[in-house]
Amino acid sequence: MSETVTVPEAPTAGKADVILDVDHLQVHFKLRGAGLSRILGREGGIVKAVDDVTIALKRGEVFGLVGESGSGKTTLGRAVLGLVPITGGLIRHQSLDGGAPVDIASLKGKKLRKHRQKLQMVFQDPHAALNPAMTIETQVGHPLVIHGRAKGAELKAKVKSALEHVGLAPAEQFMSKYPSDLSGGQKQRAVIARAIILEPEVLVADEPVSMLDMSVRAKILQLMLDLKQYLQLTYIYITHDLATAKFFCDRVAIMYLGKIVEVGPTAEIFAEPRHPYTQALLKAIPDVDPSKMVPRDLPRGEIPDAARPPRGCSFHPRCPLARAECGWEPRDLKAMVDEHWTRVSVEQFEKEQALVGNLKELNTDKLKVKLEPAHGGSVDELWTMFENIRTENPEEPLWRGVTRMEKVKDGVVIEFAKPAEIALHPVGNADVSCVLY
Amino acid sequence: MSSPINPAFETDVNAADQDLPVVNAEDIRIWYGTPKGPVRAVDGVSFSIRRGEILGLVGESGSGKSTIGRGLLGLLPPGSVIDGELSFKGQDLLALSPKERFKYRGRNLAMIFQEPLTRLNPLMRVSEHFAETLRTHFPKISDEEIETRSLNVLKVIGIPPSRWLAYPHEFSGGMRQRIMIALALVLQPAFVVADEPTTALDVLVEAQIIKILHDLRENFDTALLLITHNLGIIAEACDRVAVMYAGKIVEIGDAVEVFSNPQHPYTQELLRSTITLRTDGLHSIPGAPPDLIDPPSGCHFYPRCPKPMEYCPLAEPDMLNVHGGASRPGSTDAACWHLQLNDVPADKRGPLERDEIAAFEEA
Repeated sequence: MSETVTVPEAPTAGKADVILDVDHLQVHFKLRGAGLSRILGREGGIVKAVDDVTIALKRGEVFGLVGESGSGKTTLGRAVLGLVPITGGLIRHQSLDGGAPVDIASLKGKKLRKHRQKLQMVFQDPHAALNPAMTIETQVGHPLVIHGRAKGAELKAKVKSALEHVGLAPAEQFMSKYPSDLSGGQKQRAVIARAIILEPEVLVADEPVSMLDMSVRAKILQLMLDLKQYLQLTYIYITHDLATAKFFCDRVAIMYLGKIVEVGPTAEIFAEPRHPYTQALLKAIPDVDPSKMVPRDLPRGEIPDAARPPRGCSFHPRCPLARAECGWEPRDLKAMVDEHWTRVSVEQFEKEQALVGNLKELNTDKLKVKLEPAHGGSVDELWTMFENIRTENPEEPLWRGVTRMEKVKDGVVIEFAKPAEIALHPVGNADVSCVLY
Repeated sequence: MSSPINPAFETDVNAADQDLPVVNAEDIRIWYGTPKGPVRAVDGVSFSIRRGEILGLVGESGSGKSTIGRGLLGLLPPGSVIDGELSFKGQDLLALSPKERFKYRGRNLAMIFQEPLTRLNPLMRVSEHFAETLRTHFPKISDEEIETRSLNVLKVIGIPPSRWLAYPHEFSGGMRQRIMIALALVLQPAFVVADEPTTALDVLVEAQIIKILHDLRENFDTALLLITHNLGIIAEACDRVAVMYAGKIVEIGDAVEVFSNPQHPYTQELLRSTITLRTDGLHSIPGAPPDLIDPPSGCHFYPRCPKPMEYCPLAEPDMLNVHGGASRPGSTDAACWHLQLNDVPADKRGPLERDEIAAFEEA
């Protein structure tokens, strides 16, 4: 489908048909520390919402950004529109009008707003994206007024045409209505009309159907496909729903904690997911076919704190296939002890907690830690406790990363393997960031 | 209600009651008053749930599924009326005074809400949440008893006991939902309503929570009403499923049976329009759900049905077994004239001429 939309005079692949070139993009947010650390001048830490992401968006394609909440997919989408401050990298936009490429990351103020006419956004929640005090006519036409592109009869005609394009026809029926008079699907159509009225080249659609009912989702996706064809649009489709991404996108990027872990043609990613995270996501989707059950050996835990991402591969603490070099560190040991305590009796937990204390020494960036028995416990008891945890579940991936566990005079020393460098590299037709390949 | 505090207190069930439904709803109607007239949010719904059974209630927004959940617990907002028969282990709940009903909530009937962050008090530790819940229902309970009972439930749900004194903000979204579930289960209710328990969660965490709900029967022997709009979750977690449309259950039966062999046209269309990994074409149901102040006559679905008959707008079909006759356990019931053709006059079986659905009526 996308082939027909590609610009005819650029049949050869390469830079010519790239409309948006995102190059080593970084969006880092500085955290404000707690009161005391601010007085003492300590830094509050940095959240790397988007961390070194490179994407070349081809003209006329639907590019999917898929990930869990907190993966940075929405921030990346907003960065493309210049809606969040960019801390590093470039976003080159090669406009259809043939001018020189524009770096959105370096645009500011008026220039940015002017350029943004070519890049528009469809928001997730149509109930919140429309102004309840404006008629549909006013808010769909608002972008034209803001940019001074039309007024009077011309404005009205353009609004009417946009509404008809999105299936709100006859437009007269809707123009004088308020958002509260419309159903969820109709509201989302109005949001899309407002986004296309400036005749943009790129549309960033952030979860455009996730707030809608099942029976309406298909209608809105179909509308977006029709509009793409008709208006020669390029889409960035942001979603956590792999099923719609599979149907809707030409290429997908799977994001985890600010990084792309796998990117490639949709057909390839879904037929042969390579990154363990992609594999897990695909297995976890509850299917309407009751004979297909979600397996029980899915990754544990949740997406980690972005202010302090795990060492090495961010996914390693949850990864069932993790190896020694994936970035194991003392914090993972704390999580494992916690997990062990959900399986033992309350009495055993209390005894063991008295023995190990609050495990504060595991909150370190070092690869080697020494645990000392607390509350008068003996080194032998501590050693036995860890030995038991290890025998209890020797398959636990963490033990692959432990190079040394040794009893010394005043405690137990545990040392972790050095993490390997990981980066996206080609595997088949996709790019994957994992030590397995 | 003066049962001792021990894990086996389980209200007044005896062995003979084992096969009786925990909850039995007959012809439940819940209407909301509005300036334009009453909204028939739930209009004549019947179902029952047994011990350790999970019934899924699925429908689009506005179908009345959440209203049923709240109605069962007596948590309806002011301006609503509930009528019908609603029994919990033989006790008619609708005949009770609000005070008596309050006593049933928590210990017998519990609810797991959608947004765990808004339901936990940010200024209270996990331990205080549990202490408050347990003390409300067992004023004389000791601190040790609170801790032991709570930690045992938290363990099953997957929260390490080392987090006992943590505050809600120290937990991730999935962990908070686990705490919510544990707070409902610590009182060992016989019946739990879970209203969209995974909506705000990511797919991997959602799978973890579904697993916990699915294991409830093994761990707690609880009857569960799982309300969701996600058909996949129903297929994953439920024993039986009830499909709601415009305030009515249109099809109810064994989950495997309903999903592999849907009988009502609405169920069929809903399954077709669901986008899954196997979707290779888009399908949607034309039109929008009806206004429940003035619902269509006859079968509420006929304006959107792919195969309406002349008779469909004239009379409302009953919920009957799809193989004919009254409801039978283990077999699907549905309300559609196509499944009850013998009751349709022969001259009214032709296809219904309908006005085309105008765009402004589309959802």
